[in-house]
Amino acid sequence: MLRVDYLSVGGLAPLSFEAAAHECLAIEGPSGSGKTRLLRAIADLDAAAGYVYLEGVERREMPGPEWRRRVRYASAEPAWWGAKAREHFPATAKLDRLLSAVGLESVLLDRPISELSTGERQRLGLVRAIADEPRVLLLDEPTSALDAQAAALAEELIKFQILLGRIVILVSHDSQQLTRLANARLQLTDAGTARSRESAAA
Amino acid sequence: MSYVQLSATDLALAAFLLVVNGAISLAFRLGLAVSFGVAAVRMAVQLAAVGFVLNFIFAQTSPLWTMLIALVMVLVAGYELVQRQERRLRSWLIYGLGNATLLLVGGLATLYAVVVVVHPSPWYAPRYIVPILGMVLGNTLTSVSLALQTLTEGAERERAAIEARIALGATRFEAFATVLRRALRTAITPLLNVMSVAGIVSLPGMMTGQILAGVDPGEAAKYQIMIMFVLTGASGLGAFAAAFGGVLLLTDARHRLRLDRLGAARA
Repeated sequence: MLRVDYLSVGGLAPLSFEAAAHECLAIEGPSGSGKTRLLRAIADLDAAAGYVYLEGVERREMPGPEWRRRVRYASAEPAWWGAKAREHFPATAKLDRLLSAVGLESVLLDRPISELSTGERQRLGLVRAIADEPRVLLLDEPTSALDAQAAALAEELIKFQILLGRIVILVSHDSQQLTRLANARLQLTDAGTARSRESAAA
Repeated sequence: MSYVQLSATDLALAAFLLVVNGAISLAFRLGLAVSFGVAAVRMAVQLAAVGFVLNFIFAQTSPLWTMLIALVMVLVAGYELVQRQERRLRSWLIYGLGNATLLLVGGLATLYAVVVVVHPSPWYAPRYIVPILGMVLGNTLTSVSLALQTLTEGAERERAAIEARIALGATRFEAFATVLRRALRTAITPLLNVMSVAGIVSLPGMMTGQILAGVDPGEAAKYQIMIMFVLTGASGLGAFAAAFGGVLLLTDARHRLRLDRLGAARA
C-alpha cells in the first residue's frame, strides 16, 4: 500500500490518495499540471512537504537511496551515463526475459547507447527501472516513443508487474492505454483533485 | 652565498627593452604603448611594495606578523579563486568551499613543509613560510578552481544522467561518480605534467632564483624537489577536498540533486 498524505507539489493543493498492491493508478491532467512533479515528489527526487508512506513507513524514515530502490521513478526520456547499455544494469541482473518481453535482443546491451533508437532506449529504460524489482513503479509516459507493436509489449510487461503485486502509478497521454491498464484515476486540476475508481480493464 | 646586487641604473637598463617595445608600438600605431607603460609601472610598484613589506616582516620577531601576512595571502588567493569561476556558476557556497579548502589545505601543507620538513629556527620564520605559502596557494588555487569548475559544469550538463542514477537508488557519490572522476582528473593532470617535465622543458622558477642567488645547483635541485612534492601534494589534496565538498553541496541529505543551490537553475 502506497499512501500519499497532504503532499504539496508545486502550486497544487495538497494531495492525498492511496494505491494498493495489484493496482494501477493513472494520473491525469493537462500538460504542465504537475504530473511529472508529483511522481518526482513521491520518489523523493524533489523536496515536498507532506507524507508518503509505503507499507506504513514514511519516506523520511529511511535514507533517500533506500526509498528510491523501493519507489522507482522512470522518466519518459531515460538518461544514460555510460557508453553502453550493459553498464547501466547490475552485473547480476537477469535481463534476457525482460528484454525479450519488450521485443529487444540482448545484443543491444553491448552496442553504444548513441546508436540505439529513441524507442529502444525508452524500452531499455523501462527494463532498467523494473530490473531490481522495486515495490512501486512511477511510470512517466512509458510508451511515448514507441510504435503500436512495441507499446503493446511494454503494456504487457507493465500489466505483468501489476499482476506480481507491484503498485503502478502511470502518467500517459494515451487515454486508451489508461483504460487498458488503470483501475483508478486521479485528476490534477487547479480546482483540486478527484479520484475515481473504474473496474479494472485487464 | 654571493650574488651581484642590482642598482637603480641596472633596472633602468633592463627597462630599456620595454622602451624599445613602446617605441615600436608608437611607430606602427599599435596602440600598445600606454598599456605597456601602465603594466610595467604596476609591476614595478607592486614588486617594490612586496619587497618593502617583506623586509619589514622579516625584521619582526613575532609569529603574529607571519600569521597576519599569511592571512592576507589566503584572502587574496580566495578572491582570485572566485574571479576564476565562470560567472554563472558563482555562488556563495562555492566561494565558501573554495576558500575553506585553500585555507585548510594550503595552511596545513605549508606548516607541514616548513615545520616538519625544513624545520628552520624559529619555526615561524617568515623567510620560509611566506614564499612556500605563496607557491602552495598559487598551485592549490589552480587545481581547486579546475576541480570546482569541472564538477559544477558536469553536474549541470549531466543533470539527467545523475538524476537517473539517483532515481535508481544510487547514493550521491555513486550518482556523481563519473562527473567526480572527470573533475579530479582535470584538476590533477596539469600537476602530473608539471612534475614530468620539470627540469627538462623548463627550469622551475624557484630553482632558477636560488641559482641566481648563488646557491649550489645541487642544493637548489633538492629544494625544488621538496617543493614539488609539497606543491603537488597540496594541490591534489585541495582538488580532492574541493570536489568531495562540491558533491556534498550539490546534493542534500536525502541524496537529491540540488542544482538550485548554484543559483543558476536551468531546465
